[in-house]
Amino acid sequence: MPEIPLKPSNPGEGASPPSRSPVKLAMKDFKSDQEVRWCPGCGDYAILAAVQSFMPELQIPRENIVFVSGIGCSSRFPYYMNTYGMHSIHGRAPAIATGLSVSRPDLSVWIVTGDGDALSIGGNHLIHALRRNVNVKILLFNNKIYGLTKGQYSPTSEIGKITKSTPVGSADSPFNPISLALGAEATFVARTLDTDRKHLQSVLRSAATHEGSAFVEIYQNCNIFNDNAFDTLKEPATRDDYTIRLEHGQPLTFGAENQWSVINPPGGFGLRVVPTDSVDPGEIVIHDETVEEPAYAFALSRLPGEDLRNTPIGVFRKVARNSYDTIVREQLDTAKSKLAGDPEQELAALLGAGDTWTIL
Amino acid sequence: MTKQVRQLDRVVIRFAGDSGDGMQLTGDRFTSETAQLGNDISTLPNFPAEIRAPAGTLPGVSSFQVHFANFDILTPGDSPNVLVAMNPAALKANLPDLPRGAEIIVNTDEFTKRNLAKVGYASNPIEDGSLSGYTVHPVGLTSMTVKALEDHDISKKDAERAKNMFALGMLSWLYSRPYESTLDFLDRKFATKPHLAAANAAAFKAGWNFGETTEDFAVRYEVKPAKMPPGHYRNITGNIALALGLVAAGVRSRLPVFLGAYPITPASDILHELSKHKKFGVTTVQAEDEIAAIGAALGASYGGALGVTTTSGPGVALKGETISLAVALELPLVIVDVQRAGPSTGMPTKTEQADLNMALFGRHGEAPVAVVAPNSPSDCFYAAIEASRIALTYRTPVILLSDGYIANGSEPWRLPEISELPDLRVEFATEPNSDDGRFLPYLRDPETMARPWAVPGTPGLEHRIGGLEKADKTGDISYDPANHDFMVRTRAARIEAIEVPDLEVDDPSGEAEVLVLGWGSTYGPIGAACRALRARGVEIAQAHLRHLSPMPKNTGDVLRRYERVVIPEMNLGQLAHVIRAKFLVDALGYNQVRGLPFTAAELETMLEEVVKNA
Repeated sequence: MPEIPLKPSNPGEGASPPSRSPVKLAMKDFKSDQEVRWCPGCGDYAILAAVQSFMPELQIPRENIVFVSGIGCSSRFPYYMNTYGMHSIHGRAPAIATGLSVSRPDLSVWIVTGDGDALSIGGNHLIHALRRNVNVKILLFNNKIYGLTKGQYSPTSEIGKITKSTPVGSADSPFNPISLALGAEATFVARTLDTDRKHLQSVLRSAATHEGSAFVEIYQNCNIFNDNAFDTLKEPATRDDYTIRLEHGQPLTFGAENQWSVINPPGGFGLRVVPTDSVDPGEIVIHDETVEEPAYAFALSRLPGEDLRNTPIGVFRKVARNSYDTIVREQLDTAKSKLAGDPEQELAALLGAGDTWTIL
Repeated sequence: MTKQVRQLDRVVIRFAGDSGDGMQLTGDRFTSETAQLGNDISTLPNFPAEIRAPAGTLPGVSSFQVHFANFDILTPGDSPNVLVAMNPAALKANLPDLPRGAEIIVNTDEFTKRNLAKVGYASNPIEDGSLSGYTVHPVGLTSMTVKALEDHDISKKDAERAKNMFALGMLSWLYSRPYESTLDFLDRKFATKPHLAAANAAAFKAGWNFGETTEDFAVRYEVKPAKMPPGHYRNITGNIALALGLVAAGVRSRLPVFLGAYPITPASDILHELSKHKKFGVTTVQAEDEIAAIGAALGASYGGALGVTTTSGPGVALKGETISLAVALELPLVIVDVQRAGPSTGMPTKTEQADLNMALFGRHGEAPVAVVAPNSPSDCFYAAIEASRIALTYRTPVILLSDGYIANGSEPWRLPEISELPDLRVEFATEPNSDDGRFLPYLRDPETMARPWAVPGTPGLEHRIGGLEKADKTGDISYDPANHDFMVRTRAARIEAIEVPDLEVDDPSGEAEVLVLGWGSTYGPIGAACRALRARGVEIAQAHLRHLSPMPKNTGDVLRRYERVVIPEMNLGQLAHVIRAKFLVDALGYNQVRGLPFTAAELETMLEEVVKNA
């Protein structure tokens, strides 16, 4: 596994020095003593189990891992992880995590959020965290519904959605979270499914080693208020025909019989799905997550139709760019190296700078 | 020609001009020269919210008032003795503040038909006799500056722009100010453009020489140094003092300071200043909005930094929910509110004290916080340290209520010895704190009632916190009615238990029947009014609240000692309301919300009335 991009820091005199030596941990070490209280059958259970069983792979001591969440069903997540954690305010997790991550580059900071938390009330913080490339890993559980407030439509619900607050159907168009993240020029953008543990963990693995913001949309089933929303992507009968598995360096061919392929037709603005046998194999797009220009990944994000046909899952984009944390840290380190002597003497010099006079 | 020199005790000068005329800079330099001389000083800038309002109009007028004296003074002065008016708009806007007999220096070059018409002058006030009650000095500031700079290789526009230096030179001569610091300053300011440095210095000298030569100024003035305690001094504004106080709090706590801020008038200068001090481990993040700014600060506090956010009233309104979270999390956080006139956008560059209610009560649920208010520009330094002390010692959000008046105003500040500043070192939790080896994040220190500060990275103390109600000690989520009642009361009790110094009363004779109680920036005008009354034999006592939450333990006793308590505030009676509710004292409010500080004279008149009727 590539190195996790963490750097040493000193939180202040008197705090424990960060322990950085790799440690051997098991899934059980990441289970907290709190009773998990999601509805029976909720997709969140599968994600929690997948994350808990993935965490030991990172070999990061538990004390150097922090989960920060906002408000919503998914945001209860930190209570169930035996790491440091904060269940904060609706929509604000990216803001709080930014302050924590920037001031503590030794920590592995994870944000758990939902479609309402991240895309409605917290939309501003999300896009700004992404454009800054703050070194946080963002897990957005998208169930396309408000669960905790009992069933109103969300900013990812399809137009015309009938819910308690929209008895004749919602009038607003949904966000495409992947398109939104790419619009903010996120350096890491991926999508995965709650029930596909292997795929979910492969995406987490890639996210964890990314320096900067890693945005992971996880399609998650709310069996109470929006059941079966992603069934076509999960059911053995349909999943292969509906999902495009993104693998770096591999041609974008999919379907139970590999009968579909993605091409980049000349003269158009985006990608298109066509029958494989209708094109020359050389025309089929080879997936490259490192394409600097976000337009490619954006075009991928536009492929799915309303019925979820042609849904790409996997890593859309993973490009190298200095994280905000790194740039801020470098500025601090450069400035600190100019601190000649004792901070108290330097402070005295600072206070006495400029035009001063003496009264005897 | 040797001119007569007259000694004065105190002078108030107001420089006024178009917002592009450089009046703030001129005032600032005159202040610096005056500080060098050892006078006591107090200044008051006054500028429009528009960066460049249309030239020559009343909304575009910017001014800077400086009061200097050979004794210690408390305010920038009620009304100017001297007005420097760079154009008709500046004259018209400021004339109502001038007492009869004041001196007016006008830039005649700007008194053109067009400029006069722009501000509604039908005839030229310099010529039509309407200023006969004043001593007017008509000076062609622009034309003389341009003439003086003929030999300099600069554009006509740059030459005209140097007229403020000509005016400064003239005033510096008139009041016998030392000018070396201004020449040094010009060299520094125009380090990369030496031709402009030379031109501005030449304009300054031309102004000085003009003062010396012209027969229009028959008298030159001197104001001798004030008797001030020995020490090293600098002139400082409230915003800079506040920023330096936060740097000092970082040094004295050995913690990194983390500022999350969103630009807002009149608080932005604190962000600007702190962003220069990275070498002290100060991180500044200009966030996407006010909410993110405080969120980032709270996140940094959670990680073991001294988290700070700086803003003005509208920003505090947005931050309310995060302050509540900080109340629940019991983490240190300093929220600086540089108050301005509200509601809504209000008058961003004008001062007010109307955020006290919001600071004390402006959150959902029972969410008490500590509130501290500085009383002068230099006091902002100590108030920032005090707010940090309370935040760090008691693990609580603290609101620091400055305002536009002291934020932009300045005064001489005697530099402190660093070793005499409070020791703010904290103890982080490093070990489990219960007998069974568990870590209980809400087990309190019996003395401070603070919970342990266990920062991420500390092995064995992994725990989860959040906005949901916590069970006492364990911090687990709890919906238990008795626990909630207990936790709400505990959060209130721990704010009340914060140790703050007693309220001091200034009652020289001990015979006063009337106490004037203030808070925040009204300290100067109230103090000046009390001095003036006492000088005339009127007994009056003064007390000033620096801690608004919790209030000093002796507050009620002090208030009840007097027949009458008067509370002047730049709001409609917010402190008076609290005092009446808390102590059942029939306090009398004196309230004004004009966007301007009280004048000492109006307080003097009002207080004298109260004393008579007591």
